[in-house]
Amino acid sequence: MSFWEYLGSRHEQLLADAYQHASAVLQCMVVATLLGVVIGVLTYRSAWAGDLAVTVTATLLTIPSLALIGLLIPVTGLGVAPTVTALVLYGLLPIVRNAIVGLRGVDPSLVDAAKGIGMSRPARLLRVELPLAWPPILTGIRVATQMLMGIAAIAAYASGPGLGNEIFRGISSLGSANALNQVLAGTLGIVVLALLFDAVYVLIGWLTIPRGIRA
Amino acid sequence: MPEPEPEPGTVPAAAHAVSGAAIHLENLTKRFPGSSAPAVDCVNMEIRAGELVVFVGPSGCGKTTTMKMINRLIEPTSGRIRIDGEDVTGMDPVRLRRKIGYAIQQSGLFPHMTVAQNIALVPRMTGWSKARTGTRVDEMLDLVGLDPGEFRARYPRQLSGGQQQRVGVARALAADPPVLLMDEPFGAVDPITRDHLQDELIRLQHELHKTIVFVTHDFDEAIKLGDRIAVLRERSHIAQFDTPEAILTNPADDFVSGFVGAGAALKRLNLTRVRDVGVSAFPTATVDDPLQSIFDQLRTGTTNEVLLLDRHRRPYKWLRRGDLMRAKGSLARAGTLVHDTVTRDATLRDALEAVLIDNAGRVAVTGRRGEYEGVVDMETLMNSVHELLEADRLDAAEHQHLLEEQRSQQTRQEQEGCAPGEPGEEG
Repeated sequence: MSFWEYLGSRHEQLLADAYQHASAVLQCMVVATLLGVVIGVLTYRSAWAGDLAVTVTATLLTIPSLALIGLLIPVTGLGVAPTVTALVLYGLLPIVRNAIVGLRGVDPSLVDAAKGIGMSRPARLLRVELPLAWPPILTGIRVATQMLMGIAAIAAYASGPGLGNEIFRGISSLGSANALNQVLAGTLGIVVLALLFDAVYVLIGWLTIPRGIRA
Repeated sequence: MPEPEPEPGTVPAAAHAVSGAAIHLENLTKRFPGSSAPAVDCVNMEIRAGELVVFVGPSGCGKTTTMKMINRLIEPTSGRIRIDGEDVTGMDPVRLRRKIGYAIQQSGLFPHMTVAQNIALVPRMTGWSKARTGTRVDEMLDLVGLDPGEFRARYPRQLSGGQQQRVGVARALAADPPVLLMDEPFGAVDPITRDHLQDELIRLQHELHKTIVFVTHDFDEAIKLGDRIAVLRERSHIAQFDTPEAILTNPADDFVSGFVGAGAALKRLNLTRVRDVGVSAFPTATVDDPLQSIFDQLRTGTTNEVLLLDRHRRPYKWLRRGDLMRAKGSLARAGTLVHDTVTRDATLRDALEAVLIDNAGRVAVTGRRGEYEGVVDMETLMNSVHELLEADRLDAAEHQHLLEEQRSQQTRQEQEGCAPGEPGEEG
């Protein structure tokens, strides 16, 4: 069976996997973004707390994904739980780091001005600091999404959802007729999803970064 | 000075502008953690309502720190600040700051907001309606000399430095605060724009009568803008707090005279306008006069020169007796053209400049539309300057007395209230 014939005969299964893959990444990204920005906001003003947050999230990233998911299985069981946990943890680093760098990079004279004209601490954060730090944060989110696309494939190891199942099935049946097609379909599917997501981020950037600070 | 009927297009707000509030600094001290000497040591100062006071001093003297304690961007270690009699030292700082305009160097505009959004910030925070804020934004842009239609929707980076600074001032004034703090607002623009902005500020203050505290390290700027100038030395000790005239003619000590720099008498010329000194009349004739009458005027008159005016009574030519002899019946080639005039609003310095350049040592003074009003020559200028300086000296002598009294009072206060400030002085 050629690759195209394979795609034709399995497209329903593939689309379902792709949908699940995208949905898992998307949901994990939402959680990771919220968590990452909150961690950034809580820590950026203190030198040591900010550095600690970056170091911890960086350390998490050095754990091989397969090992992390393997370690999570005894704690969370199989399926969605270890997948979500692992993806959120991996997604944190770029977001936390960029949030801290972005927030620390806001011109201190602007913060001084915001204070001086009578903005409260929450108003300063929401209306001045976060909007100005938003471009680097969005870059962090983009990088994290690209990373999670690949890592999510590993989730199939813990019976998680997504295109990883296709790849693992192919690897486990190497030598059989469709093994290569399966691996190829899964991999290409992930690449296409990643490109689609990136296009969406470009659009989000256009819509959410104010014209006054757009590069 | 609220105008009873503002012209259309000008700012109605000026009509009901609150005049500023008085500010009292009492034993104000700031000690930053980790440094033994206080950054600001026991400052006592009384700033009257509607007055523009300039803090001037070398960098690091604590002038900005002192100013930032007024809106509590820096919390005082001890001492009190009263605005309009009310002690604001314990007040919620956010609420306090909404009643104090704040303009800083490089404008401090938020780059992600449009000009209109920047100006609208404080009114919106203090609960103004959208509609009221919208009209206010246009008023403020008008006030600082920017066309609302053109600038409302622009982002700060689409403005020149001078325009940004104007918007910064508009934002500071938007909610009509009685007090305005300005921290070297014109420090980062080119000299020509700075000069314009200073003139604008003088005009604004003339309309609005806010209490303005203005920080700068540029003494010439201080002289130009200040109703009174506080010359500060290290730890914000007040070396002298007085009118520009008094500081120029009678600096309190070597520190102040060092800061005033060379040419105090020349700088003094910047403070007086031509309209304040005597403008003398000069024999004139107009181009429409018959030649014969001009002849007669020159022959019989006490001077041997007349100022020829054009049809709009603008100074046109200086005519000497000798010129007429050579004119041979026509004025077209006779005399020397008037190449420079000064208005009544010009400073004496401008007038002196013009007089020095003129080879006969005089310059014609003109009114608003360029029409002749009189002449200033070297002699009147010299006499006026001498009189001015003499008057300043008399004022200063009177002031000296007052100053000494104040100082002894301050010393007493320091000994009583601010004793902790003293150990630093011994080091």
